[in-house]
Amino acid sequence: MSNCSCIPFKGTKEQQKKLEAAIEKYKDQSGALMPVMQAAQDIYGYLPIEVQKMIASGLNVPLEQVYGISTFYAQFSLSPKGKYAISVCLGTACYVKGSGKIFERLKTVLGIDDGGCTPDGKFSLESCRCIGACGLAPVLTVNEEVYGRLTEDDVDKIIEKYKALD
Amino acid sequence: MADVNIKFNGIPYSVPEGITIIEAARLVGVNIPTLCYLKDINEIGACRICVVEVVGQRNLVASCVYPVSDGMEIITNSERVFNSRKHNLQLILSTHDNRCLACVQNGHCELQKICRDFGVDDVNMFDGEINHYEIDDSAEHMYRDNNKCILCRRCVAACEKVQGVSVIGPNERGFNTHIGCAFDQPLGDVACVGCGQCIVVCPTGAISEKDHTKRVWDAIQDPTKHVIVQTAPAIRATIGEMFDYPIGTNVEGKMVSALRRLGFDKIFDTNFGADATIMEEANEFIERLQNGGTLPMITSCSPGWVKFCEHNYPEMIPNLSSCKSPMQMLGAIIKTWYAEQNNIDPKDIFVVGVMPCTAKKFEIGRPDQSASGYPDVDAVLTTRELGHMISRAGIDFRNLPDEDFDNPLGESSGAGTIFGATGGVMEAALRTAAERITGKQASEVDFMEVRGTEGIKEATYNIGGVELNVCVCSGLANARKVLDAVKNGEKKYHFIEVMACPGGCINGGGQPVQPSAVRNFVDLKSLRAMALYSEDMRKSIRKSHENPAIQKLYTTYLGSPGSSKAHRILHTSYVERDKF
Repeated sequence: MSNCSCIPFKGTKEQQKKLEAAIEKYKDQSGALMPVMQAAQDIYGYLPIEVQKMIASGLNVPLEQVYGISTFYAQFSLSPKGKYAISVCLGTACYVKGSGKIFERLKTVLGIDDGGCTPDGKFSLESCRCIGACGLAPVLTVNEEVYGRLTEDDVDKIIEKYKALD
Repeated sequence: MADVNIKFNGIPYSVPEGITIIEAARLVGVNIPTLCYLKDINEIGACRICVVEVVGQRNLVASCVYPVSDGMEIITNSERVFNSRKHNLQLILSTHDNRCLACVQNGHCELQKICRDFGVDDVNMFDGEINHYEIDDSAEHMYRDNNKCILCRRCVAACEKVQGVSVIGPNERGFNTHIGCAFDQPLGDVACVGCGQCIVVCPTGAISEKDHTKRVWDAIQDPTKHVIVQTAPAIRATIGEMFDYPIGTNVEGKMVSALRRLGFDKIFDTNFGADATIMEEANEFIERLQNGGTLPMITSCSPGWVKFCEHNYPEMIPNLSSCKSPMQMLGAIIKTWYAEQNNIDPKDIFVVGVMPCTAKKFEIGRPDQSASGYPDVDAVLTTRELGHMISRAGIDFRNLPDEDFDNPLGESSGAGTIFGATGGVMEAALRTAAERITGKQASEVDFMEVRGTEGIKEATYNIGGVELNVCVCSGLANARKVLDAVKNGEKKYHFIEVMACPGGCINGGGQPVQPSAVRNFVDLKSLRAMALYSEDMRKSIRKSHENPAIQKLYTTYLGSPGSSKAHRILHTSYVERDKF
């Protein structure tokens, strides 16, 4: 899992208040850590070190324990979503149609790994399983936008298009 | 508890109900190998090396977590058991750095021994991907090499459950699982206290202290250096284990003899530093007590504890005694008083501490620890490193004559000796403080209530009409309990002794590594501590302030305890550190 600490943390006061409320709600229960981490993932969209320290302090648990769990379960992310969140389907149909190569191409073009985000915060990349558009395989999505029947060359054009946008 | 009738390999035994198969096996003299199991703190059945057959069960069971029951028939030596263990070992080796010859644990490695026992003759049984990890050598005192890690999690259990430090744990999952710090930060950047309790439980060579033997050999070879070695109280009680003496054998005379044959110019005793510590610490305590200073005062001899306090309880730094540790005090005295008396430039003196401790390797680089303008101590060897130097030099330890420390800094009291066990510093301080407070010679020198290896001990003493509440704790998880109770007002103490390692220095992170088969079932702490308490009993001088060499140090050089000169040379300061 990629740990993109290069992107400055931009948490707001409101987000912090929500997290503190979640900590308050669960802190006296046994097994409080998972629901608090899930709440934090919802509130911030990812779990950077700043957020994990708040959780560790709030629940009085070791930071390493929070981090260990955050890297064990796929539901937690250490990187923020980019302004343009790219998701490549690696489900069976897309994979046999070559989505693996498309995914590799994206990693090279963007210079990030699965789960990573570019330093400018513009693009994030993740792999996903079937999104129910097997007829269009191989498929990727950029935010809500779906791109299908892709070739490796299409990747560059799609990235160029979003780079040109603000 | 009632007994149950079971059979091991066809032979009937009666064992207590409720214990595990591995505990029962131990009672009846059957040894079951393990790689992950640590009694009470790491009972996770992960390594699958302790598997045995239970008649009637379809699968083999992990004996470390499987309770015995009446009528149970256990088979530990069948071909099925042997094959299963061998297969598991081959799987472990498939991702293990097998360059045993170049490994610090070569010859003492638990994995190596078990592989030999089960006839693992093909280390490359399975081809496939291997993870390659960078060695983390960021900390001053040790390195971690995940290429040799077998993910047994013993180090994690020691760090979390014994020490309450919790800076290492399993990160990621499946094939990528590795032991590391939060956000995979280097160990030197997190709140690791350097205690080394992870090192003494590691079954392989994945964790080890940073080697200072090279600097020591170099200094000994350098004709311009006056090389002085000092040995901590606990070393005489444990170095024998490196040469197959029974645990708890005091080999002080042979140790001194070996050091002389290694080529050290002078051999001094850190016990002298301990006596000096008591002079200063008892004085500091009485001053705090009589002048409304910050109480409880907490001891500062254990550098792992000091760093723990700086990270986790920075608000209690004013409670820490400002005394340097005995090793640093003796180093400072060597490079000032001894240097002046013998007309040696302190820059030409190289002081080596032989310590039961890995945090000492960090301590020598702390700020405010160079009384002469040069570091008080230049290198720290663990008990293990000294053992290796003696072996390398071809010294036949067991046949050495018994020799004495050099004077004047080799003279010490029984109070100095017991510093090596939990409660020893408190007892030593009370022996001196009691006489200082009452102004009378005390006939009673044994403070039995603070002895013993329990994690937390409390006592109240009436000294000169003053009720003193004292607390002694060892193991940092226990220190956390005590400090939390003090912080929330639940407990009121005047004086607290904290040792980072459970049982004190005799069980330090720099001590000889005993395999889990010994560690799980032998009371290392009590046996080793006994060696120190019996030496204390044998000594004619048992109070630090009665040590004639200490008296000379004060009358000819320092003045009185707590004088400004004593402060400049023997005291230090602390820094706040980040909790994470």
